[in-house]
Parts: sequence; structure tokens; C-alpha cells
Amino acid sequence: MTDAALPHAAVASTAPARRDFGLKRRHAAERRFRLYGVAAIVIGLGFLAVLLVSIVGKGYTAFVQTSITVPVEFSAEIIDKDNERATNPRVLVSANYPVIARNAVAKALGVATDDKAAMRDIAKFVSDGSRSTLREIVVNDPSVIGTTRNVTLLAAADIDSANKGQIDLTVPESKRKVSDRQVAWLDQLKQQGAVSTPFNWGLITFGASSRPETAGLGVALVGSLYMMAIVLLCALPIGVAASIYLEEFAKKNRFTDFIEVNINNLAAVPSIVFGLLGLAVFINFFGLPRSAPIVGGLVLTLMTLPTIIIATRAALRSVPPSIRSAALGIGASRMQMVFDHVLPLAMPGILTGTIIGLARALGETAPLLLIGMVAFVADRPTTPLDPATALPVQIYMWANEAERAFVERTSGAIMVLLLFLALMNLAAILLRRRFERRW
Amino acid sequence: MSLESAATIAAPVSRPNAPPKMQGEKVGVFYGEKQALFDVDLKIEQFNVTSLIGPSGCGKSTFLRSLNRMNDTIDGCRVVGKITLDHDDIYDPAIDVVELRARVGMVFQKPNPFPKSIYENVAYGPKIHGIARNKADLDEIVHSSLRRAGLWNEVKDRLQEPGTGLSGGQQQRLCIARAIATKPEVLLMDEPCSALDPIATAVIEELIDELRENFTIVIVTHSMQQAARVSQKTAFFHLGKLIEEGKTEDIFTNPKNKQTQDYITGRIG
Repeated sequence: MTDAALPHAAVASTAPARRDFGLKRRHAAERRFRLYGVAAIVIGLGFLAVLLVSIVGKGYTAFVQTSITVPVEFSAEIIDKDNERATNPRVLVSANYPVIARNAVAKALGVATDDKAAMRDIAKFVSDGSRSTLREIVVNDPSVIGTTRNVTLLAAADIDSANKGQIDLTVPESKRKVSDRQVAWLDQLKQQGAVSTPFNWGLITFGASSRPETAGLGVALVGSLYMMAIVLLCALPIGVAASIYLEEFAKKNRFTDFIEVNINNLAAVPSIVFGLLGLAVFINFFGLPRSAPIVGGLVLTLMTLPTIIIATRAALRSVPPSIRSAALGIGASRMQMVFDHVLPLAMPGILTGTIIGLARALGETAPLLLIGMVAFVADRPTTPLDPATALPVQIYMWANEAERAFVERTSGAIMVLLLFLALMNLAAILLRRRFERRW
Repeated sequence: MSLESAATIAAPVSRPNAPPKMQGEKVGVFYGEKQALFDVDLKIEQFNVTSLIGPSGCGKSTFLRSLNRMNDTIDGCRVVGKITLDHDDIYDPAIDVVELRARVGMVFQKPNPFPKSIYENVAYGPKIHGIARNKADLDEIVHSSLRRAGLWNEVKDRLQEPGTGLSGGQQQRLCIARAIATKPEVLLMDEPCSALDPIATAVIEELIDELRENFTIVIVTHSMQQAARVSQKTAFFHLGKLIEEGKTEDIFTNPKNKQTQDYITGRIG
């Protein structure tokens, strides 16, 4: 050891031993902390996995729907027995289509149409939704009357469940929703090749219905879409304008401090309070219609504004002051400085904040319940003033339904909602990448 | 007056009897309650380089920033006294600060190009001030500004590349090109070489000497050698007061004030 020759050797030889001891402890602490971190992530991912497995496991079957393709005889006897469709087109709309559907299935199964008990079971075998399927065919083309053609009819919800294996057939017949006879018919039709399980477009096109097989997210999707558009159109310009004013133009004084504190508080206000506010202001005071996406959109705008303002201000603050000096130094006005230099640099942050705010608004339920968007709406809204529901509200409503087939639809709707949220987050990441500038 | 005239007149190296381009009379600057600058009287002569020297916190940057009212951007900052540009009081309410800054350009301590292309960096000033009448005009201004800033040969093939991708010294010359593209009459430089290596510093110093032909330059520097090399006039600040000003050679060889002498010989600062 060369140090031994130096006058300070005594000090040098004791010091490293003490430092080593400290180092060991610090390394141990660091390893422990890393372990905690990994444990936290594993727990988080575990919960996420449980959630996704449970939802997808229950919900994936909602995306297919059991259908029966049988030759349907469009009997003039049943549809228009007085032959008055030329003078009174309403007969085609009000005709007894369920009977036609039942007769067609009975014929395919070889059941006599005068067997009343069997016909009752058949009535529960085909969905009542086949009424609208057949009506549409006839109204669009009255020449089918009197002919026979193959039509794909929806199976009833219980038959759909049985076909998907969701009904335990070992349970005594009296205690289950599907009779032995119906199970036998299902097998018989399967052998004939008449049963198919195509993708369930109805899930994303149909409106509200008390029958699960004809219930869909169509109204909720349109309602949510309108509301997102309204939130984007209102909250983004107002939020960005407020942030720019507060951050770049306003003098820092008590008044702006007061506003800042209030915006932060507003972000923490429970969403149901915004719902009450919307009910009082937009519906009771301004007289906007109940259950309308315009009111929902405005309420969600109020809710999203603080989020967007806070995100935008943070993004503006992260733009280096040297850029502002540079712009002002060559004689740019404050507005030119903001719009030519500061805003483009803050854009990724603003967009990310906005999309995160939108995603939160998309998943918001409580305020919509208060403004009446929890309603039975069967027809898709054409304008934001028509009654509609929203995706999370539809989930809430289906979760309250008793039928077995609504369970899978609830999970299916959650999957649709999660898909939209994931897409929005993906868009946030892509936009961020696209607008980010390298220094 | 026209923005172009000052930039296009070829000037003699020194015109001792010409009226001052800018003049400060009893200039004081307050940051809130605290006074940072006291009663500064200083004449900035046209087509000369005036350097402001002094230890850190002596008020030289504060004085420089009051010359184009960049101090206005600081909350709670207040300027008293009178500063004139060609006999116009620049703190007169009738003076538009945007026009003032177009006439009195500024180069900052840290190179701060916009995160845009090299071309856009230089073209921005002329665009917002409407100096260029058309695209060809703008091209010409960008090219001549880059040429004058001594950057043309290095960037002529990559004008569309981001200005932030250049080296520190190149970025600072880009900032100088950007400042002179608006054809200012006075160019303020706040320690333009403090973030640069000696070679880049030498290039910029040479550039300052060339720019003196067309622009009146005020430079704040921490390097006394730099002040001696580039400036014709030097002003020494200490604790917010102007201690001594005069011809650079006089200040450095024969300072009248004891504090100045102490500073330039390295005893204070």
C-alpha cells in the first residue's frame, strides 16, 4: 500500500472502513426500494389482468348472436288478407309478422301449426325482433308477398344463451328458462344447418329494448359521440383561451391567484354536483330539453374545463422563457409570440390534456343520470337535441337488468367503452409524438 | 424614420462629433421596491461598439434591457429617467414597443433559436414587420442576413433543417442573423459569447467588428479582454451605478476612477 508512506496514512486507513459500512446500508435500502416498486407494479398489473379477464370472459359472447335461417312464406293471407295494400299502405306496417315467423320456424321443425302448446314454445324460440326484420323486407319490397324466401331471424335471448352454453341443462326442466323440447329443436335446426352465430352488429346499431337480443348500443354511441363533439368544441377553445390569458397576458396579482385557486378547486368538485348544476341551469333556467346530448355535452364541458385549463397552463409554463424573449426581442407582439412560438411548443401537452379530459368525460355517468339521460330511447337521435343515452349510462342500465343475456351485453358494452378509451389514449400518444419538437 | 436607411448607409469607422444614437439620462430601474440601477447617464454613439462591463449584479444587463424595454416583460419592473433613441423618448406612451424592438434588436446570453428551420428563424422578423414584399425579397433578406452573420457557407445547403440542430456558436450567429434581418438601427448583445468556446467566441467577435459598419452595437460582457478587443467605448458599472465611461483605450490604460482600476486589474469582481 503506497499510502502508508504518507503522513496522513492513519486517517486514510480508518475512513474507507466507515464509508463501506454506509455504502452497504445505502445499497440495501436501494435494493429494497426497487423491490417495493416492482411489487407495486405487479399488484397493479394483477388487478388489471383480473379486471380484463373477468370482463372479456363474460362479454366476448355478446359480440355474436345466434340466428336461425329458415324459408319464410310471406303469406298474403296473413299480411294483407283483404288485398288493400295499394290503397292503404299501413296494412304492411301493422301486419302480424310474428305469426309468419312462428309458422316458418314450425314448418322447418315439422311442427303442426295447430299444436297450441308447441306454438307457444316456438313463440319463445324466435325473437320478437323478427317482427321488424320481416316488416322491413315487406315494406321495402311488397312483391315478396305470396312468395317464400330464406330469411335470417334472431333467436330469442334464452335460446341464444342455450346455444352459447350459458344455460346449465342438468338443472331440472321446470327450473330453467329453456324447455327440453326447445333444446331438441335447437339441435334439430343445427343439424339442418339453419343455426348460425354471425357477428352481432345489433349490439352497436340497435337502440334500447327490453328484449336482450334486440338491445344495442346504437343510441348510446350516437349520444356519446354528440357529447364528445360538444365537449371538444366548447371546452378546448374556452380552456385554451383562459389558460393563455392567465399564463401569458394577465398580471400576477391577488385576483389571478384567486382565479387559479378556484380553477384548481373546480377540478376537484364531484361530477354529480356538475349534474345538479346542469339540471338547474341548462334545463330549468335555459329550458333545454331533458335527456338531450346537448345538455350532457355542456355539463361535461363544465366538468372537463378545469382539467384542460390546468393541463394547458402546465404545457405553456414548460415552454422555455428564452423562446418568449427571442420572439419579443425581434419585435413580435405578445399575441404573435404566443401564437407563433409558445402555442406550437405547448401543443403536445395541450392535446394530451384535452384527450385525457375527454376520456374522463366519456366515462362519466353520475351527472348524466341527473339530467335525464338515463332513459329508454329506442330510436337513434338525429340531432343533439333529441333524447339519447350515453355509453356508461347504458352499461349502468343493463347492469340493472335481470335477464341472463344482459349480463354478457353489459360486459360487451364495457368492452366497447374500454376500446374507445384505449383508442383515445392511443390518439393522445400519437399526437404527442407528431407534434413534439426536438431541441 | 425608415427602417432601412440605417442599415444601408455605409458608415465611417468613428464619428466622434455625431449626435448619440441613444442616450440615457438619470436612468434608474426598480425591481419591485429594490432599486437595481441608479442615475445612469450614458451616450451610445452611432456605428460604434459600446461595451458595458462590471462584476455580476452591477446592473449592466439591466441597463441593456431597458434600452429596448425588455424590462417591461418582468413583473414589477419600473424604469425612471429618460432614454432616447434619435431624440425620441422610448418610454413615451406614444412609442409602440413593437416598433422600438424592431429598431433596437437584441441577442441573448444563451443562443435561443426558435425550434423551426434555419430559414424560418431568420425570416420570422421580416415577416411580422412586413419588411419583405414577396418571397424573393424574403429569400434575399434571409440570405444576406445569414451572409452578414458569417453563417451562410455553413448552412446554405440545409436552410430547411432545424436551427436547434446547429452547434452553440452557429446557433448564436443564427440569432445574430435573426436580429439583423429586421434591419435594426441598434443591436444589443447580452454576453453573447458566455456560452461559447474560445473559437466560436473569436468568430463572433470578428463578426461584431464587421457589423459595426452598419449597426450601433451595445454589448454586455464579463470578459475585459473582449471589451478591449471589440469596443470603441467602455462603460464600467458597479453596484448599480455607472462608475466610469469613455474611450476603451482610456478606460483600460488610464482609468480615472479607483474602482475601475481595481476591477480591470482583477482586484474586485
